[in-house]
Amino acid sequence: MAWFAARKVLQTLMVLLIVSVASFSLLKLAPGDPVQLMLGSEYSPEAHASLMAQLGLDRPVAEQYLRWLGGFLVGDWGTSFISKAPIFQYAFMEALPVTLTLAASALALAVLIGVPLGVLSATRKDTGWDAAVATLTLTGTSFPSFYLGILLIWIFGVKLALFPTLGFVAPWNDLWGGIVHMTLPAITLSTYFLAMIVRLTRANLIEALEQPYIAAARARGEPRWRVVWVHGLRNVMLPLVTILGLQLGALLQGAVLTETVFSLPGVGQMMTSAVLNREYGVVQAGVMMTACLFVLTNLAVDLAYPYLDPRLRPR
Amino acid sequence: MAAALAIPRSDPAGATPAAAPADALLRVENLSLTRGEKLILDDVSFALKRGATLALVGESGAGKSTIALALIGLLARPQVGLDGRMLFDGADLATSSERDWLRLRGRRISMIFQDASSALNPCFTVGAQLMTPLRRLLGLSKAQARKRAVELLEGVGLSDAESRLDAYPHQLSGGMQQRVMIAIALSTNPELLLADEPTSALDVTIQAQIVRLILDETRKRGASCIFVLHDLALASQACDEIVVLYGGQVMEAGPAETVLREPLHPYTVGLKACVLEIDTEELEPLPSGSPSFASKRPGCRFAPRCASALEKCAGEKPPLIETRGRRLACWNPVA
Repeated sequence: MAWFAARKVLQTLMVLLIVSVASFSLLKLAPGDPVQLMLGSEYSPEAHASLMAQLGLDRPVAEQYLRWLGGFLVGDWGTSFISKAPIFQYAFMEALPVTLTLAASALALAVLIGVPLGVLSATRKDTGWDAAVATLTLTGTSFPSFYLGILLIWIFGVKLALFPTLGFVAPWNDLWGGIVHMTLPAITLSTYFLAMIVRLTRANLIEALEQPYIAAARARGEPRWRVVWVHGLRNVMLPLVTILGLQLGALLQGAVLTETVFSLPGVGQMMTSAVLNREYGVVQAGVMMTACLFVLTNLAVDLAYPYLDPRLRPR
Repeated sequence: MAAALAIPRSDPAGATPAAAPADALLRVENLSLTRGEKLILDDVSFALKRGATLALVGESGAGKSTIALALIGLLARPQVGLDGRMLFDGADLATSSERDWLRLRGRRISMIFQDASSALNPCFTVGAQLMTPLRRLLGLSKAQARKRAVELLEGVGLSDAESRLDAYPHQLSGGMQQRVMIAIALSTNPELLLADEPTSALDVTIQAQIVRLILDETRKRGASCIFVLHDLALASQACDEIVVLYGGQVMEAGPAETVLREPLHPYTVGLKACVLEIDTEELEPLPSGSPSFASKRPGCRFAPRCASALEKCAGEKPPLIETRGRRLACWNPVA
């Protein structure tokens, strides 16, 4: 077990190393001279050279990479040349929590609603209920999330005035305010995943319920609800968690759009403005954070496998 | 393999034909079952005394497993049409509601499945699956259930029972898995045990052990047992009564010894020849073909494959009549 975990962690570290090289070199290769950009249109060659030296840009590329990576690991992510603030503070301490809160709320919403809907669709297969759920979730997926977001703002924010339409309130400072501000964005972001979870749960559960161990569980007197929610659902966890882990990238992409619609100061908004302003340091920080998030989630999924399915436990 | 079994019978065989004795635990009367256009069971009747064992014998497609599933209420009800009665201790199982079944399944009627490796949930430990009925149905505490579970596993011949409780099904061999299934099925001391080809997924070397274990354990508890088997010799050595089925119809039924010693139905003769005369190198296979389920076809289901079929066999269904110590449905019996 320890060996299995160690191997997975090692694999993850390799992936992260490759990502870091890619993210570093991509921005090295990007057009535009950041020093020029920082100095403005009027500058002397000496000023240019000294700033190059100050930023370490006159060093060999390999050294620049190692310095950058070392700095990244200890939280020294450089300084934004627009706000003059440390990027780590802005990207990691302020923007990332917003995005994580949004993504986690959307995912929780999708799981808490999607799994029961999927179970009910599976147990009432081919009934009106099943068809209604399928239609509803498909409709939800067909809406582009920004459109759904605007629709929700218009109905629940403007017309009914039930929810605030803009901004982020940290739920760890103000729980109720945080929930209220996060409701519409979370619904918007969750629809796609909701539909996916419903369909996954339904399909996998229908298959699981046809297995002999289900008949055997019923034969030893287990009531229908236990057979479905314990014996059936337990065997659906593995495919469900796998797909959710892989879909995290899509979730983070969706978060960018949702953040824009609801003016949430998250990683998405940060990245958008950084790319427009050619703030390479911020873009790098954003890329590394999302990559780490994605890779670490999949590591967690890998490490969860042996718990979800005992047959995958190494001896 | 079958010859290794020398099991004393619970009552002298051949004393009474299986025509619904008064002390029957189970009486299946004129059971017919349709699935869509197909007639899966056609007018099946048999009876089982308390403490007796009965074997349903026939090839695949004969409807044996369907009978077992019907007897524990696990047929997909909306898709099948059920007709006839299944009287279990006086109550008709054919009209039982799901609520009635919850009072029967696992408590008074339990089942051992064909392939234990797929009938045990891969995600739960042996202990969890064995202790659930003990706790839920018998109301034992966790500690009591664990103690009882160890005794049950020891009872079915598993060594190191305590640590087996924490094992997952895939960590056990096929034979051990089936022993666990037997322990689960017997854990609540049911009155009727259904064993659906309990050895077909196992090595030949341990098949006899498993059959013997089931018989010993049911006998010890005074329970009745219905075996679903395709091996006539094994069935006749293990069970008091035999019901030979073909295409959902009862061909021949009676005390095991009588039927095996002197089969009267050409199909029973064929089944016996398949199994017993394998050493003589004069293998006499049944004429090929498989039972068809055409819904409204009259006559004997076996007629198309029967070597001694008469003209009327295809046109008119032979009635199940009592003759020479057994029940027989044939227009042209052997001998």
